[in-house]
Amino acid sequence: MSEVAVVAYGAGNVASVQFALERLGASVRLTDDPAVVADAERVILPGVGAAGYAMTRLAELGLVEPLRAFSRPLLGVCLGQQLLFERSEEGDGVRMLGVIPGAVRRLAPEGDLPVPHMGWSRLTPDRDDPLLDDVAAGAYAYFVHGFACPDGPATLARADYGGAVPAVVRSANRWGCQFHPERSADTGATILKNFLSLPC
Amino acid sequence: MTARRIIPCLDVKDGRVVKGVKFVGHADMGDAADLAARYRDQGADELVFYDIAASPEGRTLDYGWIRDIARLLDIPFCVAGGIRSVEQAARCLDHGADKVSINSPALERPELIAEMAERLGGQCVVVGVDSRFEDGEWVVHKYTGDPDARRRAGKRTLDWLDQAQGLGAGEIVLNCIDQDGVRRGYDIEQLAAARARLTIPLIASGGAGAPEHFRDVFRQANVSGALAASVFHTGAIAIPGLKTYLADQGLEMRL
Repeated sequence: MSEVAVVAYGAGNVASVQFALERLGASVRLTDDPAVVADAERVILPGVGAAGYAMTRLAELGLVEPLRAFSRPLLGVCLGQQLLFERSEEGDGVRMLGVIPGAVRRLAPEGDLPVPHMGWSRLTPDRDDPLLDDVAAGAYAYFVHGFACPDGPATLARADYGGAVPAVVRSANRWGCQFHPERSADTGATILKNFLSLPC
Repeated sequence: MTARRIIPCLDVKDGRVVKGVKFVGHADMGDAADLAARYRDQGADELVFYDIAASPEGRTLDYGWIRDIARLLDIPFCVAGGIRSVEQAARCLDHGADKVSINSPALERPELIAEMAERLGGQCVVVGVDSRFEDGEWVVHKYTGDPDARRRAGKRTLDWLDQAQGLGAGEIVLNCIDQDGVRRGYDIEQLAAARARLTIPLIASGGAGAPEHFRDVFRQANVSGALAASVFHTGAIAIPGLKTYLADQGLEMRL
């Protein structure tokens, strides 16, 4: 059975991520302990809300360096994906984990689309990746976000919301999902199952 | 783009789903968890749970119950009922809810919206608005969960929507009380007016009675989602058939 550490730092949808992993039979450890994170087989970094608050919490708990240094599979979910990038333009600007180059910007969709981007959008994979095995092009995933990651070489899949929104990103052994796999029905379950199967 | 959302709303009392007509008088519609699992399997895009007894009884939702629902669901869900503080909202989210919806407490103290948005992120702060046409304008009502306490809130609906959005709400559920439970269709005119005033997502509530009502509210009021209760609970409208029908009508649906 796969073991996975879910970082519980007070800025996230930890319970719903935990339950989704448990539905897949994973052994889940919720933790805010830097040593536990550093030793984990694989790590999920959830997160909703403000990037500034999330980074402050990670810093207070001493989790910034262990997360930056983590070399086995890591998955950032929603805000957790955004935190992987260098900085966010939220507020006066927030410095983030910086393991993927680029800045997170306020979502500004073309056309008369509401912000935040809230609801089910189709995924369009850009290239093959083990995280996206058995995920069909056009599968729906559930998004809730008002900021978006930069579309660059890290993008594995996009959603269209008045422009391209990076939906899945990867750099080395770090992956991110802008949507909520734990709330994306069968598509989300497939992605989480793929994450649990990634070689450590 | 996003698919249009079909959102069953479960009015819950002591773990049972109840549904009233025009908010007064309630009939038992089954166990809440059973019904939630059924809607999940039928392709509901999101669920709303409203603990109708919480606010009148001066308490908030049962966090253990939220946890049980969170374990069960792999689609997003929103909870409402008696949430009056940032701390209570945070605990709902900690126990697995994706969004919290506030109504009367936000009318009493609008800054609550801003406090919740700042701490939890606006995306999980839903403001529910009960609106009724009176004396030639749409006005907000409060305490609508309690027949003895319900009354006018002293605000025009469109003004309140502006204010709620400005304070950081992430989504509005506009419940048109004149239509609630009577199944004559959504209040297209009011919802279209609300849509024109808002930049955040808008969810229509109140009045669904036939598949055409969903088609009309999506086409004519351009809402992001449509919420309904009794037509789903009674089986009058089955979700899979509804979504197929709407897709055939040219609306983007998650099938």
